[in-house]
Amino acid sequence: MAATFYGLMARFDTAPDIYHAAQQVRDAGYKNWDCITPFPVHGLDGAMGLGRSNVPKFSLLGGLTGFTTGMSMIWFTGAFDYPLIVGGKPYFSPLFAFPISYELTILFTAFATIAGMFILNWLPQHYHPVLKSKEILRGLDDAFYVVIEARDPKFDLNRAKALLSQAGAKEISELEA
Amino acid sequence: MAHAHTDHPAPAILAEVKPVAFPRATLVENNRSFSWVTEKICGIIEGPTPRWWWIAFAVSGFLASFTVAGIIYLVSTGVGVWGHANPVNWAWDIVNFVFWIGIGHAGTLISAILCLLRQKWRTSINRAAEAMTIFAVVCAGIFPVFHVGRVWFAVLPGYLFPFPNANAIWPNFRSPLEWDVFAVSTYGTVSVLFWYIGLIPDLAILRDRFYRSGDKLRSALYGFFAMGWRGSNRHWSNYEMAYLVLAGISTPLVLSVHTIVSFDFAVSLLPGWHTTIFPPYFVAGAIFSGFGMVLTLMLPLRAIFRLEDLITQYHIDCMCKIILATGTIVGYAYGMEFFIAWYGSNPYEGFAFINRAFGHYAWAYWIMISCNVVTPQFFWFKSVRRNIGLVWILSIFVNVGMWFERFVIIVTSLARDFLPSSWGYYSPSAVEIFTFFGTFGVFGVLFLLFIRFLPIMPMAEIKAVMPQADVHGGHDKH
Repeated sequence: MAATFYGLMARFDTAPDIYHAAQQVRDAGYKNWDCITPFPVHGLDGAMGLGRSNVPKFSLLGGLTGFTTGMSMIWFTGAFDYPLIVGGKPYFSPLFAFPISYELTILFTAFATIAGMFILNWLPQHYHPVLKSKEILRGLDDAFYVVIEARDPKFDLNRAKALLSQAGAKEISELEA
Repeated sequence: MAHAHTDHPAPAILAEVKPVAFPRATLVENNRSFSWVTEKICGIIEGPTPRWWWIAFAVSGFLASFTVAGIIYLVSTGVGVWGHANPVNWAWDIVNFVFWIGIGHAGTLISAILCLLRQKWRTSINRAAEAMTIFAVVCAGIFPVFHVGRVWFAVLPGYLFPFPNANAIWPNFRSPLEWDVFAVSTYGTVSVLFWYIGLIPDLAILRDRFYRSGDKLRSALYGFFAMGWRGSNRHWSNYEMAYLVLAGISTPLVLSVHTIVSFDFAVSLLPGWHTTIFPPYFVAGAIFSGFGMVLTLMLPLRAIFRLEDLITQYHIDCMCKIILATGTIVGYAYGMEFFIAWYGSNPYEGFAFINRAFGHYAWAYWIMISCNVVTPQFFWFKSVRRNIGLVWILSIFVNVGMWFERFVIIVTSLARDFLPSSWGYYSPSAVEIFTFFGTFGVFGVLFLLFIRFLPIMPMAEIKAVMPQADVHGGHDKH
């Protein structure tokens, strides 16, 4: 099967370069594009026009589930399934149930946060045009890339190339899907 | 330099004084490049296995066999092979448990609390410290699980985990021991998750490097766990948020774990245990001992792998100062316990403390005081903090002292309980001693495997705090 064209990948050598390039690509109005960086570049989210991450919504949901699980488990076991008087105290009280509910809040939040990160990032994804490129071998070490996908409605090969080289790209290559 | 643009008239004196440029400590010395960091850290994994590693691994494995043999003997014979007897029914098992759990706390402190406080120096030590946390929790878990003897009765039908037992009775959720089960298992799980999330970008680097060098098998193995990470900034955005949330929840977690461990004692009615100071005092002690262990581990690693540019003198200074601060808090808690015992006018409480310092276990008490209160005070001096060999030796004293702290708390209170006719003196059996020292072997084996197969420092995080990572040029000049 013939390889299909995925998009353009442009290399930049420094963090300030990719930061300014990202601002230009954002201002040019592209939607399906990305930056590949070896570490989270501070401020690049703003330069790319990304909003706040949605991971905390997953975390909140996980935390509430954990707390409810703890409280209802302790109520179910001690006051409903087998009511047993221990130390002359009530069958259930939120006070003695709190430490365990607290720990379960944290446990469930952790799982939900990580699940949220994987879901939002659409990972694991072991195959990707960027990973197929030879450039990635340097990309996670010390180089920075802007990738503009061909499926972007504004994509035009020559205009995208011109934009990237004007932004100071050191090298521009074409990615296959 | 930035100049202040003031609209209102400034006092005349300001024209004459020159503000001192407050230098930021360099976190990576000698102006290293990004790829130097990658080469340095991946080089440890990619290079041939050093001979010292095999020797250390063999010694640790031999030592670990003591724990394995001790546990097999315990389970096949009964808990009587340990030295516990009335009135001291908790002894080395719980001492060792609290000791190891406490050590783990420094790892979480470095990865979570220092992250929230934006202490950037944490980056080069957090991976190894988190590994230390996980392995310490493994060693800690051995003791409470096996001190019940027939483990399968504890784990399966509901003394620990919420399954109803043979009489359909559920565990007692009012007991701090049951809280402990949830606290410690949550702590272990969240520590592993946090550690793994931090590893993903670095595993991706190893995947690509092994692919380039033609090692398809190792590339596939690291790649499997790297989850297809490709350094996309859209991913980094969610990743960083997830990391921040994990740091945010690990902070109350680590504080709660040792608080709940201290409840095991504080909720009882025994003089010497029944004190409200226990939670903060235990947490400070845990951080104190954990940083002791971090230094004990990191200083040899720094020397062996020539990591002086990444673990700088500034890092060592910071850790020594944390040991100084927490050690002083611990010393204050020892003093305050005595004060309250006197001020509370309870003769039994008073006796428990006089007995600690001057009774049969006075030797243990004074070892504890000299290691935990006196040792850290040396770190006031810059010359001590700069003497790496001395710092290493002092860090071992911290570890020894904190083990004795738990011994003093647990054993002295139990050995002199309410009925003088049942007073006793506890000595450990050989099985107990071997089982405990063997856990250092278990820890050593795990830690050696970690430094051989996983990146010992988070490369992506180190790169992010280097001056070149600043998109505004890295200096105040702009």
